[in-house]
Amino acid sequence: MPSKVYDGTEVAVDGEGFFADPGQWREEMAPQIAAECGIETLSEQHWQVIKFMRHEYTEKGTGPSVRALSKTSGVTIKELYQLFPKGPAKLAAKIAGIPKPRGCI
Amino acid sequence: MKKRVVILGGGTGGTLAANRLRRELPDDVTITVVDRDDDHLYQPGLLFVPFGLARPESLVRSRSRQLHRGVGYCQSAVDHVDIDGRRVYLADGTTAPYDVLVVATGAALRPGETEGLTEALTSGRVFSFYEPSGAAGLRDALARFDGGRIAINVVDMPIKCPVAPIEFSFLTDWYFQQRGIRDKVELTFVTPLDGAFTRAVCNRELSGLLTGKHIELATEFNTGQVDADGGKLISFDGREVGFDLAVVVPVHGGAAYVDRSPGLGDALGFVPTNERTLQSTVRPDIFVIGDAADLRASKAGSVAHFEGEVLVRNIVSYLAGQPLSEAFDGHTNCFIESGFGKALLIDFNYATEPVPGHFPGPVGLPLLKESRLNHLGKLAFQHFYWHLLLPGHDVPGLSASMPRAGKNLAAAAKN
Repeated sequence: MPSKVYDGTEVAVDGEGFFADPGQWREEMAPQIAAECGIETLSEQHWQVIKFMRHEYTEKGTGPSVRALSKTSGVTIKELYQLFPKGPAKLAAKIAGIPKPRGCI
Repeated sequence: MKKRVVILGGGTGGTLAANRLRRELPDDVTITVVDRDDDHLYQPGLLFVPFGLARPESLVRSRSRQLHRGVGYCQSAVDHVDIDGRRVYLADGTTAPYDVLVVATGAALRPGETEGLTEALTSGRVFSFYEPSGAAGLRDALARFDGGRIAINVVDMPIKCPVAPIEFSFLTDWYFQQRGIRDKVELTFVTPLDGAFTRAVCNRELSGLLTGKHIELATEFNTGQVDADGGKLISFDGREVGFDLAVVVPVHGGAAYVDRSPGLGDALGFVPTNERTLQSTVRPDIFVIGDAADLRASKAGSVAHFEGEVLVRNIVSYLAGQPLSEAFDGHTNCFIESGFGKALLIDFNYATEPVPGHFPGPVGLPLLKESRLNHLGKLAFQHFYWHLLLPGHDVPGLSASMPRAGKNLAAAAKN
């Protein structure tokens, strides 16, 4: 399994860079992962979504879809795309250190 | 004391669950099915309506007449469920108390989730074939169409029968070839997924078929707006796909009463459900079958069929105070119509993606491969649906759990 080093710690990731073990994630790692995804600074709203993703994963065992994310977090889908361009559910999951959201098929 | 099982929804899952339960439960347990109308629609048939291959009227039968003797039928819409009071409030003002509630009200289209889509669906330029009037409207629009761009768009997952929009694309290619104007028609399949299908081996096969039929594929397109006047789909990240005619599969959610029932559904109105036992995770006396559940299995009639056995066994166990079986494996089986009298067949579950081979064993229908036999299987399925699946019969040689024999499991992607 591939690995990456964030905040001085080696972590296991899948082929697309999603954390294999969400337990290895620490808040300090998020800015570095975000930067790799093209997000230079994490605003308060970014953090709100990241924390929500962690919470959903803990509760349900998978990250939410964009639509469910919008409905439960109160951030509109348009805003989510501004915060996490090219796929908020995937990008926010990666930065939040949780596995890639499962498909529904 | 008499026990009461109330089943909300008289479609595929509700009907087969009621009929199976009637055979398993003693006579002093009452079983009542509730639905707002008496029109049971054979939903797989809608795919054929736009091409003149099926008439909407031929797809509908009486709901109540599919139920066996000893199953009650109550025709009323549901206002809401009080999950603490264990009581269903019906739109006609009456209430139905229950000891076990089965949610079988499927998935509903929510075009209002997408900017401009509700209006677009009345424009004559944008259609959904997921309900009879839209499918009939699309038939007329296709008949008038003599060239231009057609976009086939899935707005978001999950949707009922995830392969139907791909089948629609294949059949559109066939339809315009028959009319001799295929070279005047540009077809684009527009999906929020990163490929034609989520699972790797099947994605390769279907993407190859799309390419072979000269159908463009636009991926990771999350439709935010449908502009019927301007003839374009606009994604949340600002990309556009132009069209002269658009076939849009709207966002799906649970039935509207789920949203009106505190604590019953998730953000989209699907009911959180244990994927192995089919008991809801909101209350132990609520079970879920078919599209109404939030399971990661496909929303398809075959899934409801395979769920039936485990669901019924578990309701019987629950009423007797016995532990539940964790036997449902996510088994799904779909014919994929590919045009020119051929179809593919896929068979998979939670753990195993669709792979090549044969079904249900080493001698059988070819899997993940176009064949005439699969097309005949798809056509025969309509008879099977009314006469075997809805009555809740087990089919000889076809088990609820996914068969492994006959499958080339080594072909599954290593991930």
